Amino acid sequence: MEYLIHLAVMSSIYAILGMSLNLVVGYAGLLSVTHAAFYGVGAYAVGILTVSRGYGFFEATAIGMVCAAAAAWFIGIVSGKFKGDYYALVSFGFNIIVFSIFLNVQSVTRGPLGIPGIPKPELFGTAIRTNAQFLILSIVFALLTYAISQWIVKSSFGRALKGIREDEDALRVFGYDTARYKRIIFMIAAMLAAVAGSLFASYISYIDPSTFSLNESIFILSLVILGGLANVNGSVFGAIVFILLPEILRFVGFPPDIAAQMRQVAYGAILVLLMLYRPQGMFGEYKL
Amino acid sequence: MNILETKNLKKSFGGVHAISDLSISFAKGKLTSVIGPNGSGKTTLVNVLTGMHAITGGAVVVGGKSFHAIRPESLPRLGITRTFQDVRLFEQMTVADNIMVALTARGPLAALLERGSADREERVKAVLEKIGLWEKRRELAYNLSYGQRKLVEIGRVLAMDVDIVLLDEPFAGLFKEMVRVIVGIIGELKAAGKTVLLIEHNMELIRELSDHVIVMDAGGLLAKGKPDEVLARRDVIEAYLGE
Repeated sequence: MEYLIHLAVMSSIYAILGMSLNLVVGYAGLLSVTHAAFYGVGAYAVGILTVSRGYGFFEATAIGMVCAAAAAWFIGIVSGKFKGDYYALVSFGFNIIVFSIFLNVQSVTRGPLGIPGIPKPELFGTAIRTNAQFLILSIVFALLTYAISQWIVKSSFGRALKGIREDEDALRVFGYDTARYKRIIFMIAAMLAAVAGSLFASYISYIDPSTFSLNESIFILSLVILGGLANVNGSVFGAIVFILLPEILRFVGFPPDIAAQMRQVAYGAILVLLMLYRPQGMFGEYKL
Repeated sequence: MNILETKNLKKSFGGVHAISDLSISFAKGKLTSVIGPNGSGKTTLVNVLTGMHAITGGAVVVGGKSFHAIRPESLPRLGITRTFQDVRLFEQMTVADNIMVALTARGPLAALLERGSADREERVKAVLEKIGLWEKRRELAYNLSYGQRKLVEIGRVLAMDVDIVLLDEPFAGLFKEMVRVIVGIIGELKAAGKTVLLIEHNMELIRELSDHVIVMDAGGLLAKGKPDEVLARRDVIEAYLGE
């Protein structure tokens, strides 16, 4: 049972990451490969502030969200000057920069040693100790993210995001300051990713830079594509599949020394097959 | 009274002068056709007037106010909208949503708080019924025929309901029946007192619709005046037909 709860917690965390990235990639059409950086900002905010500064989980999460939004604002200003493939390359670069900061600013992040002993959250003075309790917390955050995402995509803001995705210059002619729209959705997505990072740090109780590398951004992007671009439900589906897939592969019987690599092969094969036969993903409304 | 003018307008792409020292004006409430051979700078003019291309020199005057730079997002405030020569719809959005973008809040915060409204739905319905595409409202734009796509662009113009409308070859590639639909809509725009700038090659339609004609050649002004006078000029015929 603990094992299933663990998978459910991780699915919730990745559902938050998927839904938030889908706002940027699926709705606004910005092929961002920076999401793990914001995920890391949230995780490190909780790691550093709770372990070294004595902050509570929720305060640290709030600060992490503000930091992620600030980083997204800055990255958004720079990357907003680019479109299409160039945008993806710039976002790629920013993930590497943030990863390097996690790795090299050792006085703050402890670099490759990581931050151990991150405490569990406390709610109204009661510590959330068991995985089952943590699952409830992570599902609450996932539901909040779902509600926020649905609110955005069903509003006029969501329609404008789709317009940016389809033809940004044409949308500007109708009076939309598309640069502002892009910055705002990037900041919202970054804040939500930071929440996922906070949950992850507190749940696992240890973080190091390797979790927030470019590979992680590609992993999150892959689950969004699998579930479907411009479909919030699809991101939840993609997260569950990508979390459960390695567990299913355990039963295939690969030798232990190649099992991990086979997972990567499976993720890659899914992406290739999707691009070939269903570029909009399983439930997507938009083709890349 | 002129509602839109260019004063010594210049637009260069590297060493190529697409528009040079162009000073023209568009009378309020009139339809002015801009004609000229391919490459004469007509579409570049519309792109400069709508901020799609930066101004290299000179100015654009809108409602008496002079601009040396125009941001496309400021066009509704200036009372300007346009169509595109190469139809630019929001392809993976429904026909109704393509019209709706012209009706909803522009500011991000207001847009975030704005939900569907019966009033806006009614306006979308009115526009789609006028262009004959109400039945296609839930269709994605990329599933439409070329002519229907042109009509959606015209529909967005109607939904914008601004004073100055720039139409870049709205009849190109259309059947006669669809041409008549758009002629009818342009007639209604004129009747409503809108100022229309029409880029077109079909001389019959230009004679039928225009109050004034401006002829461009090599990025400059060749002739301007009443349609019959201008279209009868030998230099215009030579520039247009290469005779």
